[in-house]
Amino acid sequence: MQVNFELNGKAVAVDVEPRMHLADCLRDELRQTGTHLGCEHGVCGACTVIIDGAAVRSCLMLAVQAEGSSVVTLEGLSTEEALTPLQTAFRKHHALQCGFCTPGMLTTAHALLTDEPDADADRIRSVLSGNLCRCTGYIPIVDAVLEARAAYRKTDKP
Amino acid sequence: MIGTNRYIGSPVERIEDLRFLRGRGEFVGDLQREGMLHAAILRSPIAHGRIRGLDSGPARHITGVRAVITAAEIGAVPSIPLRLLPLPGTERFLQPVIAADRVRYVGEPIAVVLADSAAVAEDGVGAIILDLEELPPVPDRRASGRHEILLFEESGTNLGMTFTGVLGDTEAAFRDAPYVRRECFEVQRHTALPMEPRGVLAEWNGAQGRMTVLGAAKVPFFNRDTLAAMLGLGPASVDLIENDVGGGFGARGEFYPEDFLIPFAARHVGRPVRWLEDRREHLTAMNHARQADCEVEIACRRDGTILGMRGEIFVDLGAYIRTNGLIQPRTLAQCFSGPYRVPNVHMLVRALLTNKTPSGTYRGPGRYEASFFCERLIELAAGDLGIDSAEMRRRNLIGAAEMPYKLARLEPGGAAVDTECDSGDYGEALERCLTEFGWEEKRKLQGRLIDGRYHGIAVACFIEGAGAGPKETARLELEPDGSVAVYVGSTAVGQGLETVMAQVAADTLGMPIDLVRVFHGSTPYLNEGYGAFASRSTVLGGSAVYEGAQSLLEKIRAAAVARLGGQPDDIELVDCRARTSDGRSLSFADLARDGLRVEATFANNNKLTYTYGSTAAHVAVDLGTGHVELLDFLVVEDVGRIVNPLTLHGQAIGGVVQGLGGAFMENLVYDGNGQLLTGTLADYLIPTASDFPKIRAIALENHPSPSNPLGVKGAGEGPIIPVGGLMANAVANALASFGAMPNQLPLSPARVWRMGREAHLSETPTDIAP
Amino acid sequence: MKPAPFDYQAPATLREAVDLLASAPEAMVIAGGQSLMPLLALRLATPSLLVDLRRVPGLDAIAIGDDGIRLGARVRWRDIENDPRLETAHPLLRETITQVAHYQIRNRGTVGGSLAHTDPAAELPGLAVTCEGEITLAGVAGTRVVRARDFFTGPLMTVRQRDEIITELHLPFWPSGRRWAFREFAQRQGDFSLAGVALFYDEDQEGRVADAHVGVVGASDRPQRLMEVEALLNGRFVDEPLIREAAEAAARTVDPPEDLHAPAAYRRALVATLIERGLRSAAQHRSA
Repeated sequence: MQVNFELNGKAVAVDVEPRMHLADCLRDELRQTGTHLGCEHGVCGACTVIIDGAAVRSCLMLAVQAEGSSVVTLEGLSTEEALTPLQTAFRKHHALQCGFCTPGMLTTAHALLTDEPDADADRIRSVLSGNLCRCTGYIPIVDAVLEARAAYRKTDKP
Repeated sequence: MIGTNRYIGSPVERIEDLRFLRGRGEFVGDLQREGMLHAAILRSPIAHGRIRGLDSGPARHITGVRAVITAAEIGAVPSIPLRLLPLPGTERFLQPVIAADRVRYVGEPIAVVLADSAAVAEDGVGAIILDLEELPPVPDRRASGRHEILLFEESGTNLGMTFTGVLGDTEAAFRDAPYVRRECFEVQRHTALPMEPRGVLAEWNGAQGRMTVLGAAKVPFFNRDTLAAMLGLGPASVDLIENDVGGGFGARGEFYPEDFLIPFAARHVGRPVRWLEDRREHLTAMNHARQADCEVEIACRRDGTILGMRGEIFVDLGAYIRTNGLIQPRTLAQCFSGPYRVPNVHMLVRALLTNKTPSGTYRGPGRYEASFFCERLIELAAGDLGIDSAEMRRRNLIGAAEMPYKLARLEPGGAAVDTECDSGDYGEALERCLTEFGWEEKRKLQGRLIDGRYHGIAVACFIEGAGAGPKETARLELEPDGSVAVYVGSTAVGQGLETVMAQVAADTLGMPIDLVRVFHGSTPYLNEGYGAFASRSTVLGGSAVYEGAQSLLEKIRAAAVARLGGQPDDIELVDCRARTSDGRSLSFADLARDGLRVEATFANNNKLTYTYGSTAAHVAVDLGTGHVELLDFLVVEDVGRIVNPLTLHGQAIGGVVQGLGGAFMENLVYDGNGQLLTGTLADYLIPTASDFPKIRAIALENHPSPSNPLGVKGAGEGPIIPVGGLMANAVANALASFGAMPNQLPLSPARVWRMGREAHLSETPTDIAP
Repeated sequence: MKPAPFDYQAPATLREAVDLLASAPEAMVIAGGQSLMPLLALRLATPSLLVDLRRVPGLDAIAIGDDGIRLGARVRWRDIENDPRLETAHPLLRETITQVAHYQIRNRGTVGGSLAHTDPAAELPGLAVTCEGEITLAGVAGTRVVRARDFFTGPLMTVRQRDEIITELHLPFWPSGRRWAFREFAQRQGDFSLAGVALFYDEDQEGRVADAHVGVVGASDRPQRLMEVEALLNGRFVDEPLIREAAEAAARTVDPPEDLHAPAAYRRALVATLIERGLRSAAQHRSA
C-alpha cells in the first residue's frame, strides 16, 4: 500500500505492507535509524516519535496509519551544526550512556517541554516513566530536562 | 606518572554523545547490506524433549522464504566452549549451537529461517511443523538435585560443578562460638536486560574465504577465535566488528548459538544475513542470572566480632553451562564474606542444571547474591546481640593495616587462583557514608510508624574485584595531521570508553583531546585483545593506552633527534611539538611522516584491583499496599583514581538502580513445566524514572591501586553489589515490630504486605550461649 | 515480533466499516492500536483484515449535557485530560483517566478501544460499570445500547458481536456536591494496576450516604460493583468505624485471581486498603 506523510518537514511516499509498523517504515524504508526498537510491544518507549505534535510509540502504529500526518523523529530535532539546548543539556548531565533509549527520551522530552515548559521534576518523571533506560538510572535525564526548560520558555521555540 | 592532567580527573563531556544525541548511532539493527536476507529462529516451545521430526516444507513454500537451516545442514554440530573456568567435567554440559535431537529449555534454537524480510522469516518459523516428544522437565534446582530426571543421561548427574571456599577452621570456630545463627535465603532469577536486544549481521566473501561479522561486543577476540574454529577457518579469515552497542552488563557479547548460526547461514546461502533478536525471544535466549539459594550460618563473639561463616549454596544454572556460567558459583564460594574480616569460612556451592534458559554473568555476578546472604546474616546477628548496624560493620570490616587481605581458598583452583583485597581503608568509606547519610539522626526513625508508614534504615559495605587479567593491548599511531589514532582491545558497551581512553592518551601525550580518536573492539584493529568485562577497561585498557602513549613519546623523541640532532634528553615535548634546547622545533604532524606507531600491552598477573565502599538507605514501608518508598540512598566508593567523574557517577547511579530493580521487582518466573511466564516487558518489570529518584553517589580516590601505572581500580560493578542486602535489611528494620524476615528477593508488594501480616519466626532458632 | 499478514481498510463511513467487519470472517477493528498492536506483534491475534476507524466521522466528540457525558469511541485519553469542562462535569472520569498507562499511550489510546479490549485491570471498563454507563454498538442489524454491567462478560470478553463497532460510552449526569474517589495501586506508575477502586456517593439531608456506587478493577475477571459494600454504606454517616467495616466487607466479597504478580490474599487486602483510603478521601472531597 502507498502511504504519504510528512517526515521532518518533507513529503515522503512509501509502499509498505499493511502489517509494517511505523518504526520499521522509518528505519528500514526511509533509512532514518535514529528511532530505535527496544521491545516492539509498546512498553520501552525507545521508538517514540512525534505525530501531529503528540509523542507516540511508533511501534504501536501501522505505517499506513500515518497517512496525511506530520511525523517528526530525532533526526528532525537535530542539526548538523550545533546541539540543540535539549541535546546540550543531555550531554552536560551525562543523561545517556549506551544511547539506545536516548531518541525516545529526547522526543518525549521535546514534546513535553513544548507543551509544558514549566513542568516540574515530578511531572517530568511521570511523563518519562513510559521510557525505559537500563544504563543511567534516570536521575541525570531528569536533571537534563529540568535544565532544558529555560530554552522552551522563550517565545521562539527550537 | 602523567604529564599535564588536563583531562584525567575532569568531567570531560563524552565524545560519543555527539552521534547518539542526533540519532546517528550505528547499532547493528541500523545496518543493511545489499542482497541481505533476514533470519528468524525457531525455538523450542517445550522445556525438555526429543525432536522426532521437523518438516520445513510449509515454510519453504512461503513466498520470500529462501532457506531453512537445521542441524542436518550443519552436519557436525559444534558446542560452545567455556571462555572462563573450563574445568574438567564441564565439557559434558556445553550447549550445541543448535538442537539436533534433544531440547533442554524453552527458547533453545532448533532452526533458522532465511527470508526477504524479518516478517516473512517469522511467518516461516510459524509454518515449520515440529514433532516433539515431551520429556518430564527438571523445573528447579531441588528437582535437579534428586538426579532422577537427567538433562544429560551419559553424565549420570545434574550437578554442573561444585566449588568450595575455605579459610581457617570453621568446625572449631562454630563449636566454640558463643553465638550462632542459621538462616535460609534466596535470590531470584533475573537478567541484565540491556535496552538494545542482540543482533548479528554476517557477510561471507567466498572469493577470499573471509567472514565478517558485525554486532560484536564484549569479547570479540575470543569470539572470533571460537567462530573461526567452528567454521573451519583460520582466525585471520574472520573479522568481528564492533559497532555501537546498547548496553551489555555482562550478558551481551558472550558467544551464543546465534553467533555461529548467522555466520554459518551467510556462508550457506552466499548472501549477507542479519538477525535481530526481538524482546520476547530475548527473555528466553539471553543469559539469565543470579538465581541462588542457601542455608548459611554465622558465628560471632558476643561483642559482634564475626568468627566464621559457613553453609551450602545452590545455583540454578539452567540447561547448559554457558561461556561464563561458572563465574557466579565460583565467586559465591570465594568471595562470600565480601569486605568483612571472617577468619573461618566454609562455603560449598553446587551449580545444578535445570530445564531453563542457561545463566551467565550479570553486573557483579555472584557478589550481589553473596552480599545479600552475608549482609542479612550480619544484620540478624547485630539485632540478636543488640549491636547497632553501623557498629557491627565497623567492627568487622577489613582494616587498612590488614592489606593485602587474602580471601577464601577456592577449590577447584587452589593457590593459583587465590585473590586478595589489595589496598584501601574500608572503614574510611564507611565513616564517610554514615556521616553524609546522617546515620545518627536517622537512627531515631528506625522501626517507627510515621504518617501510616514504617521507617527503616540500613547500611551495607562492598568490594568489587575488578580489572580481570590477563592483559590488554593498544596501538597508537601518529597521523600526518598531527592527530593520534588509538586502537584498543577494550570494547564499548555504553560506559564511555572512547572518552576515557582519549583522556588518558591526551594527558599522557600532552595534546588536546580533540586530536585523539579512539577505535575499539573490532578484531582487525589489533593482533590480540580481550575486551570489556569484570570492570577491566580503565585498568587494563587504560594502562595499555598509557604505556603505549609513553612509548609513542619515546619514538617521537627519537625521530626528533634523528631530524634535529642532539641527545634525547635535550628534546622537550610540549604542545605537540618537539623542541631542542636552542629553540629549533618540529610539530608532531611533521614528525608523523616517519611512520610513528607503537603497540603496547599491559598485563596484571591476573591480580584484581578491589574498589570498595559503603551504602546506606532509608525506606518507608506502606503495609496497606506493600509498597516500599526509597527516601534516601547513598553510595560512597573509593575507586583509587577517578578518570572521568561524570561517567563514573553515571555508572554508580545506573548500577544502583539496576540493583533496586533486582531488590524489588525483577523476576524471571517459570512454571512447573519449565515455561517462562514473564515473557514480555509487561511482566518482567524494570525500574522507571518515577520509581527511585533519591539516589546520591560520592566517589573517593584516597587509595590508588598499587598495581597499574594509573592507580585506577575498576569501577562499574561496585554500587550494584550491596543493594539487595541493603534493601532487605532496611525493610526488616522498618518492620522489626512484626519480626519480618525478608529473606527472599524480590521484595514484591505482596511479599512485603505478608511480612506485616504474620509474625515471622525463623525456621531455626537463634543459638545464643548462656 | 512482526504481525502475521493482514489486509487493511480505512473506510470513510461507519456503515462501510460495519459491512467490512460483517463480510470478512476474521476482521478486527483498529483505532488507537495501543491494545491491539501488542497482540498482533505477539501473534496472539491474527486477523485477516484490519478495519481502521480513523476516517469515520462523528466518533470523536465529547458531549456534555443534562443527560450526562457522551464520549465518542474515538475520543482519546488526552482529549479527556485536556477538556476543562470535565473537571466539574465528571471529576471521577477525569481523575481515573490520568492514571491510565503512559504519556505516549494516552495520546493514541481510545475510549472504544479500551472498552472493546477490556483488560481486567483497565480503568475505563471499571469506571463504566461503577457509574452505570451504557455502551452503544452499531452493527449490521442496527444500533443497540448495552448497559455496562451487561457488556463485560469476562477477561478480554464482551457481548460485542463480530460485526459490531462501539460508537459511544454514555455516563449518567454527575450532580454537584457528590463525593467521590479513585484509587489504584500498581507496582510502577502506569502499569496495569494490581487492583483499583472507583467510588462515589451522594448525601441525604442529614449527611448520610445515599446511592453509593463502589466499583473495583483488577480484583476479579471483570469489573464489578461491590453491592454488599454499597448496601453497608447507604443510610449511614461516614466515620472511621464505617470505613473499616466497608473495607473488611470489600475484602470478603471480592474473589481475586491468583497470578504471578500477586496472590489472591494480597489482592483482597489491597482492595480493602484502597476502599479505606478512597472513602477517607471522599469524605473530605466534594465535587464542585
